[in-house]
Amino acid sequence: MREIFFSDLASAMTTLILAVVILTAVPQILSWAIFDSVWTGDPAACVDAGACWSFLGEKHPFILFGIYPPDERWRPLVVILLLIALALWTLPTAHWTRRTLYLWIAGVFTALLLMRGGVFGLQHVPTADWGGLPVTLLLTVLSLAISFPFAIVLALGRQSKLRIFSWASIGFIEIVRGLPLLSLLFITSIMLPLMLPEGITIDNLLRALAALTIYAAAFLAEVIRGGLQGVNTGQAEAARALGMRWVQTTRLIVLPQAIRKVIPPLTNTVVVVVKNTSLVLVIGLFDLLSAGRAALSDPDWPAPYAETYLFIAVIYFAICFGISRYSLWLEKKFEQGVQ
Amino acid sequence: MSQTSNAPIIRMNSVHKWFDEYHALRNIDLNVREGEKLVICGPSGSGKSTLIRCINALENHDEGDITVNGNTLTRDLKSINDIRRDIGMVFQSFNLFPHLTVLENCTLAPVQVKKTPLGKAAETARHYLERVKIPEQADKFPGQLSGGQQQRVAIARALCMEPKIMLFDEPTSALDTEMVKEVLDIMVSLAGEGMTMLCVTHEMGFARKVADRVIFMDEGQIIEINDPTSFFDNPQHERTRAFLSQIMH
Repeated sequence: MREIFFSDLASAMTTLILAVVILTAVPQILSWAIFDSVWTGDPAACVDAGACWSFLGEKHPFILFGIYPPDERWRPLVVILLLIALALWTLPTAHWTRRTLYLWIAGVFTALLLMRGGVFGLQHVPTADWGGLPVTLLLTVLSLAISFPFAIVLALGRQSKLRIFSWASIGFIEIVRGLPLLSLLFITSIMLPLMLPEGITIDNLLRALAALTIYAAAFLAEVIRGGLQGVNTGQAEAARALGMRWVQTTRLIVLPQAIRKVIPPLTNTVVVVVKNTSLVLVIGLFDLLSAGRAALSDPDWPAPYAETYLFIAVIYFAICFGISRYSLWLEKKFEQGVQ
Repeated sequence: MSQTSNAPIIRMNSVHKWFDEYHALRNIDLNVREGEKLVICGPSGSGKSTLIRCINALENHDEGDITVNGNTLTRDLKSINDIRRDIGMVFQSFNLFPHLTVLENCTLAPVQVKKTPLGKAAETARHYLERVKIPEQADKFPGQLSGGQQQRVAIARALCMEPKIMLFDEPTSALDTEMVKEVLDIMVSLAGEGMTMLCVTHEMGFARKVADRVIFMDEGQIIEINDPTSFFDNPQHERTRAFLSQIMH
């Protein structure tokens, strides 16, 4: 203890200063978050008090579901639970089968149908009214699912001996990587409709999805390319010598090894994709973050920013932390299968 | 020596190969009869690996003809796949698929390439794992095996495709000395069963024991071909003598 905290004068000073900061901050945080906080009650109780948790008690359905019709909120709730259930089902590697892929396709399709309605007597809810966590989750899942195969093609294309493929891949990747995601979102949401012939409109949510997918594909492609370069050329040679064709060799031998080698940077990119979905608020979509901001604009309440952002941060953190723990587990699991 | 028929199963006529400016194979003429065992030796860079890698089109030859079991090798994918169907290959660095179990390594190609049902492929795989004396390792991953065991699995994996010809590219060079014998023993027993074999190796004891002919290569050319007794006891060429004196000490 003494060696770590008081080894010399500088470290002793640092220890003392930090101790003072912590000792004064902790009681303040505690009194704000717990002792002086308001857990129940109307907006008036929150004036001149600590944390206004009652705001979250009142507003959490709005933050989670946005401006989705209040009477229909069970639908986005079912969508959230469905997506969480699918994600949990997919965790064990033994479940990585074709059947799970079909389950996902069916699940996402059901989720979209449930959100949209207009069938089976469900009230039609246009995508403009979708909001909150389901939008965040759907954008994440769809952009990752669509961009991943696309990224594999780009990564393989970049390595292709045929110039036209490699140049097309390099051009796409470099252009997209050189753009901020914000500008890509503006391009797909504002410029794309201008370029389309009159009368044809693309849903705002789809335009955002397009931008997120393009962006994710470029970054995932570079990560996968790194993995491809790490696979020994002897592996493909052995497969070819056994008579396997290029597609079989790539799908069964090269790609599985390449992807296992890049689980840590892949996780990094996935986490970034999750958080990038929050940028769709600039083109007027109601994801979790924008729903939180909208909730704060209620004039009846004293606008408890910290509490709301903390609530949203906790949800994002739970998702991202879950992903990174899972990837660590995967890495360990695959260790025996990587040379 | 073992029984050999007269029909050449491999014919190489005036084969040339360049790596950019480097002339790796110069005018190779070689006929291999069915069931024949050839040992190819020579200093490093002499083209011996390139020679056997041209036979199953891991390298494309630039001039001349290569015919395997009646199929002439062209750049056409179908001709390449037809030829690879008849040829098994064992590499210096094993090249087992590390993400698959030993059994999966052995069943993958039969299932994917020959469309053998998985159950039957697994049965065949267990049979050949038995033959290379490691049936008990079937469910392990290659990384959990010793080098000698890995190379034996690699031999079993190649045999699972039931090839007519086996190519060995320095199969024991990456092994610790104590494991060389277990791999050579398998190769000797394979030779005893009439498999056509081309082995790039410096294991001269093996060459004496099983080879029908020994080939010495240098600078991309075949310098000398002879039966092992004449080759070792009475080498004709100066470069052969120099090489032999180096590796036999």
